[in-house]
Formats: sequence, structure tokens, C-alpha cells
Amino acid sequence: MFIINCPFCGERDQSEFKAGGEAHIIRPKQPTELSDDEWAEYLFMRKNIKGVQFERWNHIHGCRKWFNLVRDTSNDEIKAVYKMDEKPPTY
Amino acid sequence: MNKNLRVKRGKIIDETYRISFQFNGKTYYGFQGDTLASALLANDVHLVARSFKYHRPRGIMTAGSEEPNAIVQLHDNSDRTEPNVRATEIEIYEGLVASSQNCWPTVNFDVGGINNFLSPLLPAGFYYKTFMWPASFWEKYEYFIRKSAGLGKSPTKPDPDVYEHRYIHCDVLIIGSGISGIIAAKISAKNGFKTLLVEEKPNLGGSTIYQNSDHFKINNQNSGSWLEKEINEIKKLKNLEIKTRTSVAAYHGYNFLLARENLTDHLPIEQRKDKTRHRLLKIRAKKVISATGSIERPMIFDNNDRPGILLSSSIKRYADLFGVACGEKNILFTNNDSAYETAISLIQKGINIEAIIDIREEVDSKLVYEVEKNNIKIFKGFTVTDTSGYKRINRISIMQLSKDGQKVIGSKINLFCDCLGISGGWTPAVHLFTQSGGKLKFRDEDQTFIPDNCPSDQLNIGACNGDLTLDEILSNVPQVLKNFLNIKNTEYANLDIISSTNKSKRNIWLLPSDKILGKTKSFVDFQNDATAKDIKLALREGFRSIEHVKRYTTTGMGTDQGKLGNMHALGIISETADAKMGELGTTTFRPPYTPLTFGTIVGRNVREFFDVFRKTPIHEWHTDNKAEFENVGQWKRAWYYPKNDEDMHQAVQRESKAARESAGILDASTLGKIDIQGTDASEFLNRVYTNAWSKLAVGKCRYGLMLNEDGMVYDDGVTTRLDENHYIMTTTTGGAANVMGKLEDYLQTEWPELDVYLTSVTDHFATISVCGPNSKKIISQVIPDLDCSDKNFPHMSFKNAKIGKINCRVMRISFTGEHSYEINIQANYGKSVWEKCMEAGNDYNITPYGTETMHLLRAEKGFIIVGQDTDATMTPIDLQMDWIVSKKKYDFIGKRSLYRSDTIREDRKQLVGLLTEDPNEVLEEGAQIVADISKSPIEMLGHITSSYYSPNLKKSIALGVVRGGKNMIGQKLMIPMENKNINVTVADPVFLDKENKRLNA
Ligand SMILES: [Zn+2]
Repeated sequence: MFIINCPFCGERDQSEFKAGGEAHIIRPKQPTELSDDEWAEYLFMRKNIKGVQFERWNHIHGCRKWFNLVRDTSNDEIKAVYKMDEKPPTY
Repeated sequence: MNKNLRVKRGKIIDETYRISFQFNGKTYYGFQGDTLASALLANDVHLVARSFKYHRPRGIMTAGSEEPNAIVQLHDNSDRTEPNVRATEIEIYEGLVASSQNCWPTVNFDVGGINNFLSPLLPAGFYYKTFMWPASFWEKYEYFIRKSAGLGKSPTKPDPDVYEHRYIHCDVLIIGSGISGIIAAKISAKNGFKTLLVEEKPNLGGSTIYQNSDHFKINNQNSGSWLEKEINEIKKLKNLEIKTRTSVAAYHGYNFLLARENLTDHLPIEQRKDKTRHRLLKIRAKKVISATGSIERPMIFDNNDRPGILLSSSIKRYADLFGVACGEKNILFTNNDSAYETAISLIQKGINIEAIIDIREEVDSKLVYEVEKNNIKIFKGFTVTDTSGYKRINRISIMQLSKDGQKVIGSKINLFCDCLGISGGWTPAVHLFTQSGGKLKFRDEDQTFIPDNCPSDQLNIGACNGDLTLDEILSNVPQVLKNFLNIKNTEYANLDIISSTNKSKRNIWLLPSDKILGKTKSFVDFQNDATAKDIKLALREGFRSIEHVKRYTTTGMGTDQGKLGNMHALGIISETADAKMGELGTTTFRPPYTPLTFGTIVGRNVREFFDVFRKTPIHEWHTDNKAEFENVGQWKRAWYYPKNDEDMHQAVQRESKAARESAGILDASTLGKIDIQGTDASEFLNRVYTNAWSKLAVGKCRYGLMLNEDGMVYDDGVTTRLDENHYIMTTTTGGAANVMGKLEDYLQTEWPELDVYLTSVTDHFATISVCGPNSKKIISQVIPDLDCSDKNFPHMSFKNAKIGKINCRVMRISFTGEHSYEINIQANYGKSVWEKCMEAGNDYNITPYGTETMHLLRAEKGFIIVGQDTDATMTPIDLQMDWIVSKKKYDFIGKRSLYRSDTIREDRKQLVGLLTEDPNEVLEEGAQIVADISKSPIEMLGHITSSYYSPNLKKSIALGVVRGGKNMIGQKLMIPMENKNINVTVADPVFLDKENKRLNA
């Protein structure tokens, strides 16, 4: 079970959080302009990386804030945590 | 009379405190400090169990948690009985009653023993091969298999004991209190780290604590006495918490560990009252130091499983710690120096040793010389080829090994004995390390897997790290601790060490015999009766992966997880398949390291705390009025209120008739309520609902449908505009938390520019719905100041009102199609307002109704229930709710998905009404809908989602989803049931009052 460093609350047990899938997928501003394929790309296609992955997490049983984190899925090491409006670090 | 095999005082035995206990119906005596195993051995009882498959007599084999054989059932005179307890771990207490498990009728005479003679018929995979076919035979086999299987009996009554969970946070957790663990604990605590030391046994000190020999000395004291002084010192350290009888069960990522602290199992029954039995410790440690030691390996030879055959180190432990001789004519059989340590202990205690068989040819070892000095015959370069003695070993056969160790040569020598100690070297206990994600490496010198690297902040020290001798431990442990804890010095830098073990070992996984393999029973997994022959058979049949061989032969799949024989299984596979050990890998060690009772796992989460439920503020009234309850999410909702002897159907018919004919009252407090405020609240609702919200006037209510981004219906409910920038949204009972989460998600991540704030207020309000033609009169009486005229207070509007001095919100909204009101009031007034309504409705036969009637009433009106009439594959168009999807709005959640190629298909499943040919025939929810049963396979068109007998329409009504159903109104379909086919006609889903006249009646 991870310890996640919530950018608003500090280090907390994983059981307080909810995972929210891949980070940095932006909802298209004009969905109606998109073809079926383009919309499907946004709607369905997600990466599942063995290695460094950018993820959305929600401190659901805490401050309820969403934030991003960088996790190496091969060993569960959390490399960075950052707020929604912050620039992602490079890995 | 049993023999007494108690020798000079054992280290932890209190001979002034005698304890009586029962085993298999017979009374025995032991002393305070004994385990059940040591006490039985002191009484010369070796035969304690029957093996799992062949029912071979089995004895105590070890002195710890790795025990494969001595698994017993504990009983006491109350409701407690516990199966699968290791006799080597349970400490005896006054009144202990234990029995053998895997035997029927008794351990001395066992019917299943015949399996031993039938064993040629019981090869590896026997269960898979035989009982798979024909399936109908299983019933016949099952009776005998269950009866003769060795799994113990589960208790049938609720567990009377109390268990609890506790969180512990520490800087350093140390697992194991052998010499390495004690050194680590002292260094850690003395350097200011908050330290926790856990030990699975009742006493500290591991195997060094009873080491009493000139061959193992530290600073000129024998190592046992030296360690004892260290232990006395650490007990005084402030930073250190020590927990004995505490075994770590699981080691997860981020140094999260679960350990079981056993608090009462060693106490006499009467002293356990009102005490917590086990405590599950949930430990978060910044750093973990594993000092879990090592487990001695057996030797694999023909008939190596007889009672009286023990691990050599266990014989030493029983002698030194408990003062028990495991036999009077002992023979030791070894491939390394450890057996000589045992021999020296036995010599000190005056216990007779007949001989030592050592498969090594020449060894230059001080320990060997010491034993030889005592005139004990050592057969060097010999191996045991067979043993005899059915219920207790009485003789072994030995032969000389060839130079290459592949076969035996010369003539056979028979030696008589009543106990055989075997030592095949040591396996580091890396179970927890691998659980934590650690990777192992193979060390060729002594054929062991040792820790390599791991993702978490941990250190393995001592025997579990492959440092198996005293000098290795004392020179390595302080050094690595210095680096791990980042400290300058330790007090262990200049120890004066004498350590006489010669590390040489001759490793032969499967010892040769004069018999062919097929005629031998050389056990590798004692608990599961897997032999070397079985493993070779599995390989011959084509299994290659170690995980497959494990499952096929069941090697390592017992409650002991094969702690003794796994390495030999690997070794035999490696030799047979000609693969390198290091490349084969090991099987996965999964938690728990030792079995946990269910009680420990669930802790206090039992009975009313098992799944805590939510009650509405009016709950007490429902129970007082004999409501039956239904679970909806975590809520307990009133389901129906049976009167006299009514069943559910009768109650629901009465309730729903009353609601339509006069007045009904429903506790709707469980509906999710979200308070929405901010200057962009209207825009926000526009984006999350399918319909338009900008023009909703203050004081008005509107029904909304919420989709997922994939276009499928997610939730629905009525939202009211309380003020310019203030709304209250209701959600379904089950969907409340998810809707809240989803809205927060969009606000925080997609639309942070919107000025909107969400607050969940579900628990803050009680919601009372009063419906029916007389509802207006009742509300007017409860809230006299409220003008309930249709002009002032029309359908789909809201008023602030006061009941007495208490503010409340009243909405005129309806989920039944009747004229109805919903009062929302501060939760703690809910019950009294409900009672006021009941009082006011007395003259109008106001009838409380539950969720079942609510479902019926809305089905009559064709209103959907999200999650019942929909699953995650229904769009609003599929539900024939096109009217609620705004064409004008540029965007809302899910809009783009409504015209994907898949969602615009005409033949999607669509919601329709269904009427049965026979109006009294009520369909089953979930039943399949078909058109044509003449062709096979029959094409399924859909299924029934809601079905009731409507007392108001006096006929059966149903909702269902049917492929292309929208265009099938009037068409005949069929519901095929077990005994009949039911004819139905597709209809409009609105069955009652299509013109909505009743809303204003
Ligand atoms: Zn937080």
C-alpha cells in the first residue's frame, strides 16, 4: 500500500485516495467538430505503461482535491506529485 | 506408563509449574514453557498425525512455524475449536485439549492408511486426472475424500473471542530476535530511532540464546550468555518496543506490514476472559530490518517421513531449550556441520547418540573432531538409503556413496535407532523479502537463494541474508547497519569471536538408493505428500515451469507453503530438466507467512460493525411501525410496511392503491443532495445535464438527466433553483457519492475557470414525500401558512416555508405521477415532521409506503430507475427520452457520443412497455425476451427490467429493453420460461395517466 504525498495535505495512506487513470488527457473544447475516430481517441484510448506513468489521483477521503503523480509501475515508486495546474516534471 | 524423556533443566522450562493437558483423549503432563510438541516429545509421543494423501503415520518434525506434520485441532469446552494449529507453536496451558486431524477413526488405526498401499494408484496429478471425469462421479468421491482429508474441522458457532486491529508507526521495524535482530535493535534504539522489535516465539534470542559451547564464543563468553546480557540491556532502552508471540504475516510495498500479536493463546482458559485474543498490527515503518533467520533443510531419501525423524536443529532446540530428548537411541544424518552442533548439545545433556552419518567424505572441522573425541561412530561418505518402523522409526539402512554422489556402493549396513536427526543445510528465510517485491540471487557455494535487491527501504541481516555462521554475522551485521542507519560507530566493532563451524557442505538434492526411484517414497513436501518421484513424473509429463510443477504435484501448497522442501523440489527439477537453479526461479511466496484466523483479519468488523449501515432521521419510526427494510447502497430503506399477516405483495398492493386513491407518505431522505453555489452555477448545470438550465426561473424545479462522456445515462434527479446563484441538486440514492465525485472532477480538472462550489448535504436534510389526491389538504394542515393553490404553488416549483419556527423547503415534485409535495427539513426534525404528517393525514387514510411501492407507482408512469431499467449501455435515446436532450446546446457531458456510429444504430436495445396476454401473469425481472422460438439458437432480443402487478390498472405491467423495440409497439413477443412461454405485447412505457392529469388533481 502506497504512501502518497498529497500536495495539499502531506503524506497519507493510499486507502484515503482514489486513482483516476491517465493524466493530461484534456477534454476537447469543441467535441462537435471531431470525427468519430478523434472523439474515440479521447474517450477510450489510454496507455498502460510498464515504467514511468503519469496518473490522476483524488484525495477522496481527505481534502477531495485532484492532483497528478508520476509513478513507476514496475516497482510502484512515486517519483513526483504535483497540482493540476502545475507543469508535469520530465522523466 | 509413558517414558519420561525430560533431561537436565531446559532453558525456558519452569519445572515447578506442572501443567496437564489432553491429546487424543489421553492426559499428559508438561511444564510451563513447553510447547505442545515439546511436552508430547517429553512423554515419548511422536506419532501425532496422518499424512494428507497416503495417511502415513507422521511425527513432530520441527520446532517452529515451518512444521509440516504436527498440525492439530484445539478444543475447549465452550464454542471454541480451532483447526490447523501447529503443535510446535502452541504453548501448553492448563486445560488444553488437542487432537490429531487427518485420521479416521484414530491416529493409531487409520482407514485411509490403505492409501499408502494403493499409492502406485495415487501418482502426481491423481486428483486432477481422476475426479475430473465423469463429473457425476464427484458426488460419490466427495464423501470419502472429505471424510479422510486432513483439513480439520471448522467451528460451527460464532467466534466468541475478541480481536482488534492497531496501527503502529515506527522509524525502524526489526523482524526476528536472533542474535542479528538483537544487535540491530540495540544499535537502532540507541541511535535515537523509534524501534519496534517483533518475535514470533515467546522468548527472545533465536537459536543463539541456547548455544552453550566453547566452540562459539564472543568476548570470551559463550555466545548464549553474551546474547542474554545484550537482551537484558535492550529491555531497558526507551526507544524500543518489543513484541513477542508476534509473527509478521505480510510485507507489502512502502514498508506496510501486517503482524499478528498473539495475546491470550498461551493462557489458561479462565484467564482469557474479557481479553483481546489476537491483535492485527498494521505497521508502517520508515525502515525495515529483516532478521528472520533460516530454516534447516531436510534430506530426501526413501521413507524419510517416519515418526521419530526430525530436523537435527530441532532436536538440539528441544534438548537445550525444553530439556527434552527426542529419543534414547539417536542417529544424526547430515551433509554439513550443523548436526555436530546438535551432537555436542546432546553429549552435554547426556543423551545417547548411536552414530552420525555424514555424506561428506573428509571434513576438517573442530566440531567433528570434538564429536569424534567422544567416541561417537561417524560414517563419512555414507548415506541413508531406507528406514523402517511403521509408527516410529526403529532402524535405518546406510550405504556408501560413490565419489560422484550419483549412486550407492558396497554393502548395506543396518543401524537401530528411535530417532533420526536430519540436516540438509540451511535455507535463508526470504519469504517476507520476496513478498515485499525483493528479487533473489542464487549462491552456488551452498545452493541457496539470498536477497539481491528490493524497491523498499529495507535491510536483510544475518542468516536470512545468507550469513549462516557466527563469525559472518558478527563481522557483517554491525557494518551493514552502520550504512543502513547512517551512523558512525557501533559498539560491535572489535569483538573477539570464536566460531568453529566449517562451512563445507555436500549438496545432493535427491540421495541415491539401491532401489529404483519408482519403488521409493522420498518425500519432498511432507504436508502434501509430494515425493521426488511425483516431481520427476510431472517433468516427464511435460511440465517445465516451477509454478506448474507446484500446482500439478501440490508441492509447496500446504498450510506450511512448503517451507521445508521447496528448495529440494527446485533442485530435483533443475537436475532432471538440466536447467540452472538461478534461472529456474522460485515459486512465489504469498502472504500470510503463517496462517491467520479469520477473526484476526476482520478484527472488530463483525456483527453490527461488519458493514456499518446508514439510517435516515426517520428510521426509528419505521422500525416502530414494523417496516421491512431493504439495503440500498449503505442505506437501510423502508421496503414495505406489512399489516397483520400481509406478505410483501399484499402490503404493496394496499400501499400503492392508497397512494393513488387518497394519500401516501414516503421517506425519501436517502436521495443524494448536492448544494451548488456560485456565479457560474447555471452554466455548470448546462454542461452536466442534457437539457437546458439557463432559463429556469428562481423557485422552479427541473428534472435532469446526466450522462457519462460515452453518452450512457449515469444518474437523474430533480434540481431546484433556490436563488439566482444557488441550486440544490438531488441524485439517486445509490449514485450520490459518485455524482458528487464526478462533478468535483470536472470542476477541478476541466473547468477550473467556473465559479462553482459543491457541498454534499445529503445527511443534513430529512426528505418527506406526501402524494395522492389528498396530499394538498395534508400539507396545508402541516404548514398552515403555505398557500398551496395551484396558482401560487404549481407543479415543479418550490417554496420556503416554516413548520413552527423551523425553516423548511417544500418542492412540488412527483415521482409517482400523483399530486405531491416534498418537505426538506433539518434532519433532526425529520421524525417529528413525519409524525405531524401522519397525524394530519389520519382522516385521509395516509399510508406510509416503502421502496417497493415507490417502484411500482413510478413503473405505472413509465419513469425509469437508473441502475434498474438502465445499465451502462443505455443512452437517453434508447430510453425514449429524446425530449430531454437539448438540440440547441453546443456541448454537455456525453453529447458528442450520442451520434457516434454505434449509438445511432436503429437496432440498439430500447426501453419499452410490455403487457402480458393474461393480465394476471406477472413476468420475472431479468427474463429474456424473444420473437421466434422455432429456430435454434433462439435469438435473444432483450430482457425484462421492471415488472409488477398494478392494483390501479388491475393488470400486470412490465418495462424491458428490446432490440429495435421503439418501432415494435403493438407487436407480439414471447418470454420463454422454464415451464411455459408467456405471450406479451410491446406497448408504450407509460401505462397510467398519459396526459398527466393526476399531477394537478
Ligand atoms: Zn489532500
